[in-house]
Amino acid sequence: MKRFLLPLVVFLTVVGFLAVGLNLDPREVPSPLVGKPAPMFSLPRLDNPEKTISTKDMLGKVWLFNVWASWCGACRDEHPVLVNLSKSGAVPIYGMNYKDTRPEAQQWLEAGGNPYIASAMDADGRVGIDYGVYGVPETYVIDKAGVIAYKQIGPVTEEVLRNKILPLVKRLQTQ
Amino acid sequence: MKRIFLIRLITVFCFLLAVNTLIQTAWAKDAQPLQKDAVVEAQVQRLSEELRCLVCQNQTLADSHSELAEDLRQEIREMAAKGMSDQAIIDYLVARYGDFVRYRPPLKASTVLLWFGPFALLLAGAVGLFVMLRRREKMTVEPPLSVAEAHKVSELLNKES
Amino acid sequence: MIPEIGHFALILALLVAFIQGSFPLIGAARGNTVWMGLARPAARAQFFLISVAFICLAYAFATMDYSVTYVASNSNSKLPLQYRIAAVWGGHEGSLLLWAMILSIWTVAVSFFSKHLPDAMRARILGVMGLISIGFLLFMLTVSNPFERLIPAAMDGRDLNPLLQDPGMVFHPPMLYMGYVGFSVAFAFAIAALLGGELDAAWARWSRPWTTMAWVFLTTGIMAGSNWAYYELGWGGWWFWDAVENASFMPWLVGTALIHSLAVTEKRGSFKAWTVLLAICAFSLSLLGTFLVRSGVLTSVHAFATDPRRGLFILVFLVIVIGGSLALFAWRAPTVGRGGKFDVVSRESFLLANNVLLAVAAISVLFGTLYPLFLDALGLGKISVGPPYFDTVFAPLMAPALFLMGIGPIARWKQAALPELAKRLRWAFGVSIATAIVLPLLLGHWTPMIGLGLFLAFWVFGTSVSLIYQRLRGSGQSLMTRIKSPSRSWWGMVIAHLGIAVFTLGVTVVKGFESEIAVRMQPGDVAHLAGFDFTFEGVTEIEGPNYSASRGQIRITKNGVERTVLAPEKRVYTVQNMPMTEAGISPSFIHDLYASLGEPLDSGAWSVRIYHKPMVEWIWVGCLMMAFGGLLALSDRRYRLKNRSKTVVQGNDAEVSA
Repeated sequence: MKRFLLPLVVFLTVVGFLAVGLNLDPREVPSPLVGKPAPMFSLPRLDNPEKTISTKDMLGKVWLFNVWASWCGACRDEHPVLVNLSKSGAVPIYGMNYKDTRPEAQQWLEAGGNPYIASAMDADGRVGIDYGVYGVPETYVIDKAGVIAYKQIGPVTEEVLRNKILPLVKRLQTQ
Repeated sequence: MKRIFLIRLITVFCFLLAVNTLIQTAWAKDAQPLQKDAVVEAQVQRLSEELRCLVCQNQTLADSHSELAEDLRQEIREMAAKGMSDQAIIDYLVARYGDFVRYRPPLKASTVLLWFGPFALLLAGAVGLFVMLRRREKMTVEPPLSVAEAHKVSELLNKES
Repeated sequence: MIPEIGHFALILALLVAFIQGSFPLIGAARGNTVWMGLARPAARAQFFLISVAFICLAYAFATMDYSVTYVASNSNSKLPLQYRIAAVWGGHEGSLLLWAMILSIWTVAVSFFSKHLPDAMRARILGVMGLISIGFLLFMLTVSNPFERLIPAAMDGRDLNPLLQDPGMVFHPPMLYMGYVGFSVAFAFAIAALLGGELDAAWARWSRPWTTMAWVFLTTGIMAGSNWAYYELGWGGWWFWDAVENASFMPWLVGTALIHSLAVTEKRGSFKAWTVLLAICAFSLSLLGTFLVRSGVLTSVHAFATDPRRGLFILVFLVIVIGGSLALFAWRAPTVGRGGKFDVVSRESFLLANNVLLAVAAISVLFGTLYPLFLDALGLGKISVGPPYFDTVFAPLMAPALFLMGIGPIARWKQAALPELAKRLRWAFGVSIATAIVLPLLLGHWTPMIGLGLFLAFWVFGTSVSLIYQRLRGSGQSLMTRIKSPSRSWWGMVIAHLGIAVFTLGVTVVKGFESEIAVRMQPGDVAHLAGFDFTFEGVTEIEGPNYSASRGQIRITKNGVERTVLAPEKRVYTVQNMPMTEAGISPSFIHDLYASLGEPLDSGAWSVRIYHKPMVEWIWVGCLMMAFGGLLALSDRRYRLKNRSKTVVQGNDAEVSA
């Protein structure tokens, strides 16, 4: 009477998936841009609005692209990690100030330290949409050819840095 | 002098008040739509109802008040104003946010089961039911209850205590 | 002190539940009457203890005891009393206590209304319900304690989510829980029957009123939730296929299938195994819903604060309860005999077709809800499955069910003839086709969906009217006598089916003919929609008990004659600093006129959205009719306890009873 076992089998299969689901985050949106060229942009710099910063300037080197804002609480958590990283010189970090105002952004950097070689200003969030930004902070690892190799959603922690980002950066730098 | 000045001031004030009220009531305006272009807006609304707000707990772009939703609606509006088709706008957003942003899952190899599964199941259920009914029609009738069994049945059903 | 008493009561309740869940079951297997006799007192003791715990928690809320973490997270000193009490079930821990409370209410009800059952069966039923109770009490006492203390106590609470500060909150969750927790009774009956090997028509007869009662509550609860979302969320929507909404809808679909299947089993003793499986599935879906809402596996606007630890506990509980019952089913069901024989065309087969359709619908909803999880778990990407999918898939599945609803009630048991059926259905068919084509054209707008919806709604109307006419016509007696002659069970069926027709009509008309405008309004501006004029008369600032609001005033006139004044509000709840819209609604049978304030713009103007929703109230009236039909069926003579000695089960082929 095997057909009477069918409901049980179906149920256990569903349970298997639910068990795996307990370790997944249903709200995390993985980026379809990983493995694709980083969208081009040319934005005014935070420190000097006359000058622009563009993706073309970064070709040929491996760099970190960190999207941040002064109104973002989680950015405060990851900031010391980024500051330490910038001091170590392992990889250049460029920032993008997202939907913020210049005075508040500059004040925030003065208070917490400035890990960025330069920060771009994305006041209306358009470039953010191009990069698929939905929640600050988000960090991208971009290789020498300008291709996005990895996207970190949420704050960069020491653990993420150690286990994911730095090994990847090292590998990309030797290419 | 002062009194006359005051009276004139009050008169002018009342006059201005009356004119203002007159303007407001006599020229009651038809409310203007929030967005100028109704056709574009219809497209924006239609698309917003099919797209997901990424920062919300399960809401469409149309219903969400979050800032990202407003930004994305504005982006859609500009694309619609440029004459982009529904599919082109959806593709634009999917290129940036992935299939997650669509509430209507695209038909791909991984979603074939999702889209066709229910109908396949319905078909299987209908066929299964028909086969089972046919088989039952052909089966022999069960022997009727014996006297003792019938007695037990009515006893069970009429039990009071 | 009081919270500690509540906590202690829960611990005692758990001990009692252990007794209730073990001795009666073992006693039934061994024929030990003393152990079986422990079931009823244990059930009543548990009811008492859990009630004590519930009252303690309510007391803590009423007296604003912020030294209890749960109270501090969900209440506030400015929160009005009725919402402070409703806040008991506003969060995860408290809603679990509500779950346990309602389970104990159903258990104690079974303990009182089961005198006619054989001792062993009663013992098993209460025993199974005791086992389920163990799960919930253990869950609360380990990882979800509502009585946990906050030391030092908070100065004030974080307030109840403003969306929940509404009369709907007082009504909707208890009704809903009474519904899907109520399916635990049908479940317990099924398990008891499998354990005892007594699966027969008598079992179906006993199980049916409990199932119908739970179904009535669930129908009302879902209706209340839908209506609440409609007037509370401010955008006029009433169903979103959100994971948690689906979690309540799936048990409803299976529960409806179960009621119909029980009819076949009771009447003809057929398909017992299938009915038992449905009973197990209905409650399993309720439990699964509990898991989905609290584990964080799916996103939902309704989800409680999530914690994978809690998710794991419930998952293990699910495996034990559902896995165990399905294993028992696989083992015992093959030994269950077949019932009476019937033709391919007969009432039995129409009822079973109904079952197949409802089961496929429930599985499809489950599939759609869990599919994003399936893909994510397999690493195949992340997708979203929302209303566009469900609307596309669900309607075609339900259409045949609605069509069969017209045919089933007039088909004979055991053997029906298609030509005869066709002849009796001619009139209804003609009327529905004609209406489906003509009505939308008259109203100016026709689409296939509108046509289909109208056809099905009028089909069910027409066939029901036909049925009533044929049943009641001329035997020379007075109208009142003729109305009273069919059983209440029959009338219940007819009214419930009419309720579905009303519901379908409401959904079709509102989706097909609703309209809205989004305008910028300055005081004095007039907007026009659906022949009405909406004059914006400005906004006043008001203060509520725990919010401040901008209340707009919109006067609705038609051809200069005033109809009504709407007062939509934009509120900001002070504690959580959360904005919320209260729509201004003018409801009526023909349509709702609905306005909600958007944002204040420059120079005193506001953005306003105005909606015209024709026949939207029919959706909820239809649901109420369904629930009323269920209640009527429940009050049928054959379930009344006083008449038990007089009525005898008759397997008759007439259409008298349903």
